Amino acid sequence: MLEIAFALLAITAVASAVAVIVVRDIFRAALCLILLFMTVAGVYLLLHADFLAIVQILVYVGAISILIIVAIMLTRDARQGPPLGNLKYPAAVVGILLLGVVVFGIINTAFVIPDNAPLQETVKPLGKALFGDSGYLLTMEIAVVMLLSAILGAIAVIREK
Amino acid sequence: MFSVGLDQYLILSAVLFCIGLFGVLTQRNVIKVIMCLEIMLNAVNIALIAFSQYITPVTLTGQVFAIFVMVVAAAEVAVGIAIIFTVYRNRESVDIENFNILKW
Repeated sequence: MLEIAFALLAITAVASAVAVIVVRDIFRAALCLILLFMTVAGVYLLLHADFLAIVQILVYVGAISILIIVAIMLTRDARQGPPLGNLKYPAAVVGILLLGVVVFGIINTAFVIPDNAPLQETVKPLGKALFGDSGYLLTMEIAVVMLLSAILGAIAVIREK
Repeated sequence: MFSVGLDQYLILSAVLFCIGLFGVLTQRNVIKVIMCLEIMLNAVNIALIAFSQYITPVTLTGQVFAIFVMVVAAAEVAVGIAIIFTVYRNRESVDIENFNILKW
């Protein structure tokens, strides 16, 4: 059962990622990207990461894809994107080489997998890991300041003179 | 039938990452470059959460890292699209050939 679900999600994810690159109409490419985000959320559910699956739907499907679609709507002459650049073959070689090295490394590494059963629901432990003692509170604060400065920077960049 | 373990998730992540890398290196439309960047970030998140599930199942370190990756991705898209709008306003194009204003 798990195997079938994983195979379906993996095939859909890889196919939609390829479609994002291959499809010429950039709006359809954005729709393929949304499909990819949803299948990634499904992969998170298979990994018992329920909170992150919801966050994936909210942040990626809800916010980032809408931002990308707005960008497509506002840049009108570029609906039919130009073809691939002249870096096509070197990029393919680089990608396949990197994939080969990484897969070789994954297969030849003996990961130490502990016996602990995975947590069934992760919201409370994740909150404790983020905000509890010896948690990531300072990192969280820095991330919040970074988000604020990113928003202010985006507004400052896009403002009409 | 194959069994699904850590290796399978990591290989899926590597495949998605390399597809995204190919797209970033080859696409001419800047919005598509940002979309391929998102594919790469999602691939990294899959790897982090798979490690979190199999290597640190109780402390959830990988999931915390994935949350920070999502925060950075959201900020990156907002700033990136603001820059694309600004260049589009000046150059009337989203072709990456026109993003050479800072080139010396």
